[in-house]
Amino acid sequence: MTQAPAAEHAPARAGQPRGIRSLDVLAGLLLLTVAVRPLLGGVLDEPAVQAWATVFVSLVIQAIPFLVLGVGISAAISTLVPPSFFARALPRRPVLAVPVAGAAGVVLPGCECGSVPIAGGLIARGVPPAAAFAFLLSAPAINPVVLIATAVAFPGRPMVVVARFVASLLVSVVMGWVWLRFGRTAWLRRPSRPEIGDLRRWEAFRVSARHDFVHAGGFLVVGGMTAATLNVTVPRSVLDSVGGNLLLSVVVLGTLAVVLAICSEADAFVAASLTAFPTTAQLAFMVVGPAVDVKLFALQAGTFGRRFALRFAPATFVVALCCALGVGLVLL
Amino acid sequence: MSREAQSLLVTLLGAAVLRLGWTDVYLRYVKAGLRPYLLIAGVLLIAIGVVSLWRDVLVRRQPSASAEAQAVAAAEEHVGHDHAHGPAVAWLLVLPILAIFLVAPPALGAYSASRGSAVIGKPASGFAPLKDGNPVDISLSDYASRAVWDKGRSMSGRTLRLRGFVTPRDGGGYYLTRILIACCAADSRPIKIAVTGASGGFPANTWIEVTGRYTPGIERDGNEAIPRIAVSDVREIAAPRSPYEQ
Repeated sequence: MTQAPAAEHAPARAGQPRGIRSLDVLAGLLLLTVAVRPLLGGVLDEPAVQAWATVFVSLVIQAIPFLVLGVGISAAISTLVPPSFFARALPRRPVLAVPVAGAAGVVLPGCECGSVPIAGGLIARGVPPAAAFAFLLSAPAINPVVLIATAVAFPGRPMVVVARFVASLLVSVVMGWVWLRFGRTAWLRRPSRPEIGDLRRWEAFRVSARHDFVHAGGFLVVGGMTAATLNVTVPRSVLDSVGGNLLLSVVVLGTLAVVLAICSEADAFVAASLTAFPTTAQLAFMVVGPAVDVKLFALQAGTFGRRFALRFAPATFVVALCCALGVGLVLL
Repeated sequence: MSREAQSLLVTLLGAAVLRLGWTDVYLRYVKAGLRPYLLIAGVLLIAIGVVSLWRDVLVRRQPSASAEAQAVAAAEEHVGHDHAHGPAVAWLLVLPILAIFLVAPPALGAYSASRGSAVIGKPASGFAPLKDGNPVDISLSDYASRAVWDKGRSMSGRTLRLRGFVTPRDGGGYYLTRILIACCAADSRPIKIAVTGASGGFPANTWIEVTGRYTPGIERDGNEAIPRIAVSDVREIAAPRSPYEQ
């Protein structure tokens, strides 16, 4: 959209004549929409448009508490927790730090929107990117809230919960190691952060939290619009025709997870309702969803850069499908 | 995007989330259990937005305001230089704010129900006897589950009362419908029950209360399973507080 005009970067002085600032643009935009709203009545009454808007608002609203939590933790990591803490908590060799960080994902209750800013905060605090990515992938998938939801959605079938835990942890560790071996720091845009060295702690916390939230929030909207569009336009009845082919159904449900971008706390219920598919395919749905979907892709592109996301997300997708298939064949 | 605009967006988004959680409107979008988190998130966003806005204005009005405010300003200017096109995406936060304050899209209804696939999951344990009462209130998901997986045995001989909205049926008649959500409207799926008997005619999305009895026969289409109910009485009702079943 609009680029911030250069004038605002110069320190403004009181009484100085000023040009148009983004605040004016924002105010104008809000007023304009209020004025135009009655003219849009007909369009907004279309059932398809309404369904799209409802799903869009739902995705954004549902993610905001988790995003606030994630941004808060991220800001706390980068302002309140000393860097030496992570140096002590993680094994020095990155090869070992990856599985430790992956397993640490158990402690963060929440869904995937919160984990992206946290991983950004960890990297900014000197944690090896490979370990931060292992945490990024495992935290939304293997925390207690998600595992309990899975147990409720698949009553009397504890092996589904075990398989989910094992497969998701495996994905995170494998992807951490893959990054160690093949990843290049050049793909990674240094997470831009305010220079907060001189500030008091709480002031630093506030500055960093607002910056991260506005940033991640914008990308959340991109992801929400994409997911809402796919959600409303792809008819579920397409799924009925896939039938029993294991490999095909794993790929189809994995792709569906990417497209629907359902919160990891709810995906087990949706997976359980896809009764025509083998359990391994349902597992693939639950393993892929928290690791890579259109909303997460947007958030990752925003936090770590597009060059990173374009490589990381497809690799995660393939690894997640393989892990789900392997673990499903062994455990289910 | 300037600091003031960012702060204003955060404040407005916080206000939008708080407004949803404060009224029952949030139930159109997310499950009831999310309410406290919405309220907390809204308050936190407003707090951060308002404090930031106050700081921003202070710095702009009085260049010599305080050393600390200047340091904050300098730190944040640094972000602006650091990556030119990043914050532009923050403008998109205007969309959910406008959608909530100006449009407040309605709960999912007949349009989504007719496109979604009504799959009835198999329950873990058996079916408990229905509660006492004549007629006895029962949810659509409970009815559908008993009809599909218990052949209606646990409901036989009882008069039942259900509430849902109207989804027109291809080839005449309508389905009594409810949308089921696990977390938010993005993971919705419909429960549909074909209404037979004294069903009357209603436009799509009309909320109705039907009284009737279980009748055998399941419409199947792919994975879809749609049970039937023979109704003796139908009346229009106001939309319930919570439009979805969980």
